[in-house]
Amino acid sequence: MLDQLYLIPLFPLLGVLLNTFVLRGKPEKLVGGVAAAMVGASFVVAASCFFALLGMPPEARHFEQDLFRWIVVGNFAAEASFLADPLSMIMMLIVTGVSFLIHVYSIGYMHGDEGFRKFFVYLNLFVFFMLLLVMGSNYLVMFVGWEGVGLCSYLLIGFWYTDELKASAGKKAFIMNRIGDFGFLLAIFLIWTTFGTINFREIEPMAQAYPLGAGVITGICLLLFTGATGKSAQLPLYTWLPDAMAGPTPVSALIHAATMVTAGVYMIARSNFLFSLSPVAMEVVAWVGALTALFAATIGLVQTDIKKVLAYSTVSQLGFMFLACGVGAYTAAVFHLMTHAFFKGLLFLGSGSVIHGMSNEQDIRLMGGLKSKMPSTYWTFLVGTLAIAGIPGLAGFFSKDEILWKTYESHHVVLWAIGLTAAFCTAFYMFRLLYLTFFGKFRGSKAQEHHVHESPKLMTVPLMVLAVLSAIGGYIGMPHALGGHNYFHEWLSPLIAEHGEGHGGGQAGVPTAEYVLMFASVAIALIGILLARSWYLGKSSRVESLGKSGLQRLLYNKYWVDQIYDNMISKPLVQASEIFARYVDQGTVDGAVNGIGTTVSSFGGLVRRVQTGVVQNYAVMMGMGTVLLLGALIWSVLG
Amino acid sequence: MVEKLHWIPSIGAEWHLGVDGISLFLLVLTTLLTVLCLLASWHTIHERVQEYHFFFLLLEAGMIGVFAALDLFVFYVMWEVMLVPMFFLIGVWGGQRRLYATIKFFLFTMAGSVLMLAGILYMYFHTVDPETGRNTFNLLLATSQSNYAIDVQRWLFLAFGLAFAIKVPLFPLHTWLPDAHTEAPTAGSVILAGVLLKMGTYGFLRFCLPMFPQATLEFVPWISWLSLIGITYGALVAMVQKDMKKLVAYSSVAHLGFVMLGTFALNQQGLTGSLLQQINHGISTGALFLLVGVVYERRHTRIIADYGGVAKVMPVYAALFMIVALSSIGLPITNGFVGEFLILMGAFASNKLYGVIATSGVILAAVYLLWMYQRVFYGQIVHEENSKLRDITLFEAAPILVLIVLAIWIGVYPDPILARMEPSLQLLLEKFQQGEFSQLQGVLPR
Repeated sequence: MLDQLYLIPLFPLLGVLLNTFVLRGKPEKLVGGVAAAMVGASFVVAASCFFALLGMPPEARHFEQDLFRWIVVGNFAAEASFLADPLSMIMMLIVTGVSFLIHVYSIGYMHGDEGFRKFFVYLNLFVFFMLLLVMGSNYLVMFVGWEGVGLCSYLLIGFWYTDELKASAGKKAFIMNRIGDFGFLLAIFLIWTTFGTINFREIEPMAQAYPLGAGVITGICLLLFTGATGKSAQLPLYTWLPDAMAGPTPVSALIHAATMVTAGVYMIARSNFLFSLSPVAMEVVAWVGALTALFAATIGLVQTDIKKVLAYSTVSQLGFMFLACGVGAYTAAVFHLMTHAFFKGLLFLGSGSVIHGMSNEQDIRLMGGLKSKMPSTYWTFLVGTLAIAGIPGLAGFFSKDEILWKTYESHHVVLWAIGLTAAFCTAFYMFRLLYLTFFGKFRGSKAQEHHVHESPKLMTVPLMVLAVLSAIGGYIGMPHALGGHNYFHEWLSPLIAEHGEGHGGGQAGVPTAEYVLMFASVAIALIGILLARSWYLGKSSRVESLGKSGLQRLLYNKYWVDQIYDNMISKPLVQASEIFARYVDQGTVDGAVNGIGTTVSSFGGLVRRVQTGVVQNYAVMMGMGTVLLLGALIWSVLG
Repeated sequence: MVEKLHWIPSIGAEWHLGVDGISLFLLVLTTLLTVLCLLASWHTIHERVQEYHFFFLLLEAGMIGVFAALDLFVFYVMWEVMLVPMFFLIGVWGGQRRLYATIKFFLFTMAGSVLMLAGILYMYFHTVDPETGRNTFNLLLATSQSNYAIDVQRWLFLAFGLAFAIKVPLFPLHTWLPDAHTEAPTAGSVILAGVLLKMGTYGFLRFCLPMFPQATLEFVPWISWLSLIGITYGALVAMVQKDMKKLVAYSSVAHLGFVMLGTFALNQQGLTGSLLQQINHGISTGALFLLVGVVYERRHTRIIADYGGVAKVMPVYAALFMIVALSSIGLPITNGFVGEFLILMGAFASNKLYGVIATSGVILAAVYLLWMYQRVFYGQIVHEENSKLRDITLFEAAPILVLIVLAIWIGVYPDPILARMEPSLQLLLEKFQQGEFSQLQGVLPR
């Protein structure tokens, strides 16, 4: 079955071509159906590849499929080739699975949109590139996917391009990502000059020859991480992600929550053999992750746009994943990546359902009481909220708790405290969102109230599937401390060697500390929930005072980071360029040239007077010349 | 492949033409772009149609001559021949400031070629045909016999290099370019950017590198830094242009900066990338100029602010423009990525600092093109005239589609092209194997 690996990205590409060229002017159901079917087919192939891989002994689970020579010059070689191993397999399943659900949902959500076909073309194209990203067997193929998903993200954020703001948001995302890509590219160059290859499998044994903390390895890791901060919206390159919410909500769910933004985490997990050699880089990753987790969570506390809350929550959750990478718990990071794909995908789709029902209203101050009007959306949203808040038994609990435990276990107590605080904020803002949206009295307009309705089955069924996954998806990575069997660790263990060997807390049978920490994080989540309940459940006065006090304003305006970037970087750059264009180019360089031109032509003007056009003058000149030449000749002969 | 006929035997000049891996794709590009340009001018040139085609074909002959010449005399004649039709194409069929632009173009180029002539003559007197025992313009002999002393090499490098650097154009000799590109008719801009600039970069590959290798090594830092300035400066200035064509013109300065940087990285990756990028630039920038020409025909303005919201009325045009812009930005699976990637990698391998600075230029390319794209295509239609724009016709789109297909082909499967370029460039590099470069090679792992 693994020989059919290439089919996985081929199907979505086929979807792109079909919808671009063949299905023009065809009914929506067909267009969307074909797009979804293509992704569904990819999922089926991916699943059968998974079982093929599962049937092999753990050490042999590695399959590379070379397609063709791509860029081969001198001693550099980049093949177009795909890789199936436990890590890429998980990613393939997540990407195709979640994408399929979101494609189905989109058929309902995008119903009646002018750009319906275009939307599915972009969405299929995105899946294609995302699959290249996770399936590439070397850094360059990964980079192709990396840039490709960035392009699709740009196109989809600015999907409703007639709105100038939305188009700008797309551009901002693209450029911020490019800043990260700059780091990624340099990392690839440095990897090549260091190892002479960019193939993951070939680098790994070579890297082992380097001592712990080797400078060049640290350089590579930090450059890779720069790429990751752009794509995965970490400090300081995170500001594009909240703006990216301008795109249609299924896009936010798919690209800006479940898949693309986790690419940075995948990249680091993929490069774990490099990062593990560089304690400095690890420390940087952990700190950036933890600080991002807290920073974004605090902003999330006061946002009033339903999608913005979820966006900051995504930035914050991605921070958790990086924190995990930074403390060496790559498996926990990938595990959280997976559960996050389920519950955050669910929450975004749920918010889309709400927005759909509320006639495109996104302000939670104008919602309320939707529980009875949109029951399916409410119940599934509740499951997602409980999962992300870290309530025991649901997916988010297992993965988040594992990250916090690993952080503590690796003696990063400060980072653990930061993570715990962020977890508290998460529980608070999510329940605040839940109470303001679904509970209390309806605060919107009469027209909206009249119009509110539950979304069609095409949208609610994917919600339910994701809700089930959010509820039970965590059990494959259950810690030993709770008497479970951690299949997830076992699956990834051939690829990811974790120091400490404390897989899932199975450390020598004394899990007391782990129980205590687990209790602490559950307690703090409950406090967050109760606080949100006491503040927001049925108290509309709180709602009106939102964003009034000083601290709230600071948070609401996102610490003014956007404005700072704008004034410190964008504006000066444009001004400098204006000066270049107007004064340097037109003035100095061109001025010098024109100056030479004027000099030459005025000199020419002088010389021109010699050319009088009177034949006698020329004759005289010729005569004088002849005499001079003769004189010189005689002089030289005589001399 | 070589063709050789006696031309002016008394001075040792022969009609001597040939093709190798370096010139092959430049010739293909030249002939292809000329055909596409003539197609694109079908409906847009109404005055003096006969003369227009006369000049265009003469131009093509000149360009082919330059790339194929294996005789210094032929090379020089062709170099100058091609100047004349370009002068008239801009001066007669150009925009409003066409006279200023065309004279500036002419003067700049002439200034360079005078010194080059001196260089050619010097080499003529130092090259002897072993069969006849007389001086010859034979380029192959001139190359093989070029064991000049270092100070002679320096002078010759400068004499040739100046002519080429003006053509490329290398910062700060680029100021003729925005004017000429902007004022030329669409087809003229395509040829100017697509082919004429490559004569400069080709000249470096054909003359400076193989004939004056030691001088080349000495000039590496100079040229590299000027290229780096060109990359960033060109991009920044492009960003704030108000005229679409000017913006594309300045983007050429940045792109050609990459090409020069790759050439002077003096390693296989840099050189191959640089040669490929010469082709790529012809494809992408050529297509960009054709695209700008399409709306210019409809609205007779190139000012970005006169547009806005165009995607609504011209969706197919907007889509084509996006694809071409992405190839110019150098997004993977387009041609631009393969070329830029190889150049940057080559530059990084030979000097990390150059590599880092040049790579930052990749960010800027996205900034200026996407910003323009947004202002032209996105948002609401603010000018009434734009609300009834006709979408691109199949006839107009055809040449652009050809270029797009090529762009994606090169992006996905460049191997056939790279494989044909490699042997010739490998030969060129052998000159440097004994020098500093061999040490560099030793550092790189195999």
